[in-house]
Amino acid sequence: MKPEMNRNKGATRYGLMTLAAVGARATDIVSRAGLAGRFLVETFYYSALCLRRPGLVVKEIYFVGVLSLAIIVVSGLFVGMVLGLQMYDTLDRFGSGDVVGMVVALSLVRELGPVLTAILFASRAGSAVTAEIGLMRATEQISAMEMMAIQPIARVITPRFWASVISLPLLTSIFNVTGILGGYLVAVNLLGVDAGTFWSEMQDSIDFRLDIMNGLIKSVIFAVAVSLVAVFEGYYATATAEGVSRATTRTVVISALLVLGLDFVLTAFMFRGV
Amino acid sequence: MSANSENLVEINGVDFGYEHNLVLGNINLKVKRGQVVAILGPSGCGKTTLLRLIGGQLKPDKGKVLVDSRSVAELDRHELYDLRRKMGMLFQFGALFTDLSVFENIAFQMREHTDLPEAMITNLVLMKLHAVGLRGAHDLMPSELSGGMARRVALARAIALDPMLIMYDEPFAGLDPISLGIVGKLIRTVNDALGTTSIIVTHDVATSLDIVDYVYLVSDGRVVADGTVGEIRGTQDAFVQQFIRGEADGPVAFHYPAEAYGDMVFGQPSDWHR
Repeated sequence: MKPEMNRNKGATRYGLMTLAAVGARATDIVSRAGLAGRFLVETFYYSALCLRRPGLVVKEIYFVGVLSLAIIVVSGLFVGMVLGLQMYDTLDRFGSGDVVGMVVALSLVRELGPVLTAILFASRAGSAVTAEIGLMRATEQISAMEMMAIQPIARVITPRFWASVISLPLLTSIFNVTGILGGYLVAVNLLGVDAGTFWSEMQDSIDFRLDIMNGLIKSVIFAVAVSLVAVFEGYYATATAEGVSRATTRTVVISALLVLGLDFVLTAFMFRGV
Repeated sequence: MSANSENLVEINGVDFGYEHNLVLGNINLKVKRGQVVAILGPSGCGKTTLLRLIGGQLKPDKGKVLVDSRSVAELDRHELYDLRRKMGMLFQFGALFTDLSVFENIAFQMREHTDLPEAMITNLVLMKLHAVGLRGAHDLMPSELSGGMARRVALARAIALDPMLIMYDEPFAGLDPISLGIVGKLIRTVNDALGTTSIIVTHDVATSLDIVDYVYLVSDGRVVADGTVGEIRGTQDAFVQQFIRGEADGPVAFHYPAEAYGDMVFGQPSDWHR
């Protein structure tokens, strides 16, 4: 056979293999998404335990919510301060530096608050939940629970899921508040904007239903997405050190992408034409 | 067959495979009530799979697994969980819940499955801990226990609800000689004191032959020999002798199957190297 033909054959084969790999990856993603959907339904199905024993959820709220407070408060403060600096700089060129309070609050409440809090939460709490559940699987604690006739989805998954779903919107609100305080510090104490103007501009232009409620709805939806990814990746982690590390990474990456993607869709529905 | 049949566990003609890889082929095995039975075999011969079949975590491809005269694979989830409440299982490395103290680990099933008052739970837990000699360790966390102590706590947890069947998955793996002796002796005394039935899956010949009533030898997914301890020690079967004496070569070859040595050294690596 001529070498040229050989090369062609090699190229064709390489092309087909690439195509097959892309296809396999695609079916893999779709089947995992399906599995996650079923897992979400199961999680809802077994959630009665959390109502019967709220103590289980409260304990998890401490781990995912209370212990995330520090990072949320500090990040919120800095994001608010940076927003204040940047926005004042731009607005002042048009002589409207006074509305900086409104701009900071609007960007926080509508977008930055829910999105950044969800991403920070996924990195701080979501990854921890995934690692914990993954290690429970790797050390046969999940199997042990099944053998004790205790449904692990009810006992392990649902308290962590609901704790995250409850914590994230609360953390988002705290992020917003500290962010606005950060903006206030910079605008009023550093740049000399009048405090009264700062608050009144904000009060005038922020609508409770349109801005605050929509922001909270966003964060509830992000909370369901991030919590589902965290518990799902942990529960289906391969039972090895490498498997758990991969699952933890996937939790952070998938959560961040999901949050950003969902945010675009939600913003398009909520704020288009406003 | 009556529910009070002489055999607590019966495995009749069971085949089981993961995907296309047959792990167990035509297994027949009986465990009499009140006995301690060892299932001995080399690593990876399907022993743990056997326990998972008895516990209903896996379903056989062919044949029947009967526990207390009921076919495990045909039970619905509710019935299976009812049956599992009467089983205790000790996992290879204990599988203690790492977020709970020793006391809470043992109290776990009592809290999940019963409405016993707190005083009664305390009493029962201390009694179980006393039986394994670790009453003084009740407030330690699993990370503070040595391997042998963790195994004993796991044993106390396995007998928390006085099961009719206790299964041990490699209870002797990785223990020092003193812990080994303690765990071996405990398995026997617990079985006799509670009047339960025990199945030990292990490759530790010396320790297990000292404490059990009956032995099944499994290799390559088949039962190759069975008998009382005396019968097994006296047999002339080449495999049994190799296994009991721990010889490196014999019916079980030292070498993993490979191409002829000369072909691999002098031939083209592309012929055998992936």
